[in-house]
Amino acid sequence: MSAAAPRFGTAQVLFGLAVGILVIFVAVPVLLIFFNAFWVNGAFNVADVLKVLRQKDTYEALLNSLVLASGVTVTGTIVGTFFAWLVTRTDLPFKGAMKVLFLVPFMLPSFIGALAWKMLLSPRSGYINRFFQEVLGFDGPVFDIYTYGGIIGVETMYLFPFVFIQVCGALERMDPTLEESARISGADLFTITRRITIPLVLPSILSGALLIMLYSMAHFGTVAVLGIEAGIYNIPTLIYEKIHQSAGSFDSIRTGTVLATVLVVTAAFILWLQNRVLSRGRYQIIAGKSFRPTELKLRGLRYPLLAFCLAYIAFTIVLPTVTIFLVGGLKTYGLPLAAENFTWGNYRHILFEWQLTRDAIWNSITLGLAAALITMFAGVIISYVIVKMKVRGKGILEFLGMLPFSVPGSVIALGVILAWSGKFGVNLYNTVWIILVAYIARYMAFSLKANSAALEQVHDSLVEAARASGATMWQALRDVVVPLVRPGMLAAFFLIFLPALRELTVSVLLYGPTSRTIGVAIYTLNEDGETVYSAALAGIALVIIVTGEVVIKRFFKTASGS
Amino acid sequence: MAGVRIEGLAKAYGDHRVHTGLDLEVVPGQCFTLLGPSGCGKTVLMRLIAGFEAVDAGRILIGERVVADGASGVHVPPDERGIGMVFQDYAVWPHMTVFDNVAYPLRIGRVAAAELAERTRAAVEQVGLAGLEARLPSQLSGGQQQRVALARALVSRPELLLLDEPLNNLDANLREEMRFEIKALQERLGITVLYVTHDQEIALAIADRMAVMDASGRPRQSGTPAELFDRPADDFVFRFLGIANFLEVRRVDGSLRLADGRTPWAGPAPDRPGDRLAVGFRPGDVVASRGGEGLPGVVRRASFLGAQVDYLVEVAGTTIRAAVDSGRAFREGRVLAEGEDCRLAFLGVQWFDAGVLDAGAA
Ligand SMILES: Nc1ncnc2c1ncn2[C@@H]1O[C@H](COP(=O)(O)OP(=O)(O)OP(=O)(O)O)[C@@H](O)[C@H]1O
Ligand SMILES: [Mg+2]
Repeated sequence: MSAAAPRFGTAQVLFGLAVGILVIFVAVPVLLIFFNAFWVNGAFNVADVLKVLRQKDTYEALLNSLVLASGVTVTGTIVGTFFAWLVTRTDLPFKGAMKVLFLVPFMLPSFIGALAWKMLLSPRSGYINRFFQEVLGFDGPVFDIYTYGGIIGVETMYLFPFVFIQVCGALERMDPTLEESARISGADLFTITRRITIPLVLPSILSGALLIMLYSMAHFGTVAVLGIEAGIYNIPTLIYEKIHQSAGSFDSIRTGTVLATVLVVTAAFILWLQNRVLSRGRYQIIAGKSFRPTELKLRGLRYPLLAFCLAYIAFTIVLPTVTIFLVGGLKTYGLPLAAENFTWGNYRHILFEWQLTRDAIWNSITLGLAAALITMFAGVIISYVIVKMKVRGKGILEFLGMLPFSVPGSVIALGVILAWSGKFGVNLYNTVWIILVAYIARYMAFSLKANSAALEQVHDSLVEAARASGATMWQALRDVVVPLVRPGMLAAFFLIFLPALRELTVSVLLYGPTSRTIGVAIYTLNEDGETVYSAALAGIALVIIVTGEVVIKRFFKTASGS
Repeated sequence: MAGVRIEGLAKAYGDHRVHTGLDLEVVPGQCFTLLGPSGCGKTVLMRLIAGFEAVDAGRILIGERVVADGASGVHVPPDERGIGMVFQDYAVWPHMTVFDNVAYPLRIGRVAAAELAERTRAAVEQVGLAGLEARLPSQLSGGQQQRVALARALVSRPELLLLDEPLNNLDANLREEMRFEIKALQERLGITVLYVTHDQEIALAIADRMAVMDASGRPRQSGTPAELFDRPADDFVFRFLGIANFLEVRRVDGSLRLADGRTPWAGPAPDRPGDRLAVGFRPGDVVASRGGEGLPGVVRRASFLGAQVDYLVEVAGTTIRAAVDSGRAFREGRVLAEGEDCRLAFLGVQWFDAGVLDAGAA
């Protein structure tokens, strides 16, 4: 659609709205972070930034982020690639079902997993450690989850699907003639895999690996639950520590903004790298159509490998989940897991009696709904202007539209604190509104992605045909664009609502006495030693999340089926 | 009924100037076709008339109303221009049934329900889609979708109908049928039609008047189809309206010879002076026969194409195409074989300056 007249019309209104939303919700918080990091006493100051970076806790946190993220990336990539290969390229039994099972960790919040592993493997009171000591007679604790290895292991369990999805997709769509022609020229399957398949799938592996890296760098939950005890801080947990402990003193805010700046720059770099990898690799492998790839015959290994996969799932998904529910039902934390020690009282207390947890559940649901609705509509408008309109100054908007993708949650939260704590006339601090504002910025990227994909499908001439039929711009939007983009909007809604329900990284920096989210409540209860309540609430959260996922999958299936 | 007048129209994208000072007039109630090669700016012109693009300079009038004026900045939005339009890519809405697609302009125009249903049915019937009203576009063929687009453009009885290659994706039979259908509709409803295409056959068949544009968007000639076909203003128009043969003709010592300097030209006399000329003619204007009078040539290839036999004939070093009605050729025993000598006579020719010979080769 062209903005035909250079007057002030619908096009200009939409453009202004799009720029306004992105500036207020995304650009201003990020700019305030840069500004606070580099601007000291009315002057631009790099030396001071370097001084902050040289402080022990700062550079240790940077180093930890790097070490943890690299570790998770390596292990997650290996695990993800191996399982992806297993379910697409071998004759493993029940491949379809296994593929679905390997995606389950994606919908489970990793900090809840971390809590479960803490209950199982913490040196002093972890159930597995106690089992080894009390039953098997070991002298001291066998495992320690409060270590780099422990953190990397737990994060790997939840992040490997990034690689798994990408590699499955590439392997399924790979042009079979590439492999067949190698076959014909006499290469065996091992050679083909090494010389043809791996190089062709490498871009997808790399792209998934970079997503793991990006996510892990900016990840708060697991490190907060497992690392703080042993003094292991990464960037987001140190930001949290600085903001919470020193109640917003100038120095701690400075350190926070410097750390956040490092995080933004790293994230932008990783995304840039990922874009390059994808744009180089995409074109050659994909033939567009699905096909039946050549399968490796596992022969005698078929059932052992199936057993291995099932054991992996039992160990990484079933065991922690069961632990959460069992501990949530204990009368007191630390009691043996025996029938006489269980009660429904914790769950009842959390759901019906305790104001704090009831507030948290209510807050998370309403925040999720509100953020999803607002961000969905804002995302449509912004994507529409970016994808469809020819207006002057669109370059700025395209740049602004890229911003949400490279701004991690803790950065958003810190930026929102700087922008909405009364310095500019509006004080939302300690209210749910500040979390809502942050969620809009945090999830804008999801909405932009889903909506632009949908809008790309709506050819300009469809709108013009409506205009030629006598429809005004608004009528054309209402009758043609919105109905055609509705699936994209719905997708955006759920892409936001479900993650928002279990969100922790952002809200943990922003919550006040009455504005805890489910994630914050679980986390703080655990911190305060209320382990059984924390586990019970985590169990309830899991039920809500899984129910939501299942209902929505059903809904989408019937919607696209009819 | 509204005509269209375009005065000094200019439109550029960046430094790519699509139109520079275009003038065009479409008489009310007529079917005007604009013929031009791909990329010459036909779609851009349609979009300017419809109001999807703003003019850089010049004026567009629909009826008596100025709808776009570069000087004063007037720009009437598309929905207020009272046009119907069929897009090159149909632009049928995929989420609406055939009925809803066609009824949409009436819904927007707040036509009462009973009348809306009646007129929509009539329009659907007009384009031969009766019975398919409840289908979604994904359940229609490309040709059927195009007819939905046509019905949608007609249903609101616009004063001006803009058609951008609406028959492109139809098979030959359907295309012919639809082109008569459009012509018949236009005459029955008395609407003004502006039809752009690069297919000269359609253009000639349905136009009351037409214009030929060159690749840079400049109109070379306008007039009735017969005028353009019979008296092309230049070799571009001549070439564009059908297969064109050219032979070089020289004046040597007062007599006319072909390019080899020996073979005498045996056809109508030139209408212009000059020592080097080019004579142009269409395959159908050539009568090829065994022996007798005329220009001597050798058949290099004979292709039987059904209704016609198509010959490639070498004349004085140049290869030309001749087409002969196969029925007549069979009856009169004039079917020539490859390698056979023949004589060529001409029913009609066009004279050009010799420069066009190089243009054709380039
Ligand atoms: N929005 C645009 N931006 C830049 N250039 C454009 C734009 N629209 C058209 N053009 C250019 O203008 C020229 C004319 O395009 P137009 O679509 O009018 O051709 P056309 O005559 O309709 O061709 P066809 O017969 O293939 O449909 C082309 O060179 C095209 O690249
Ligand atoms: Mg065109």
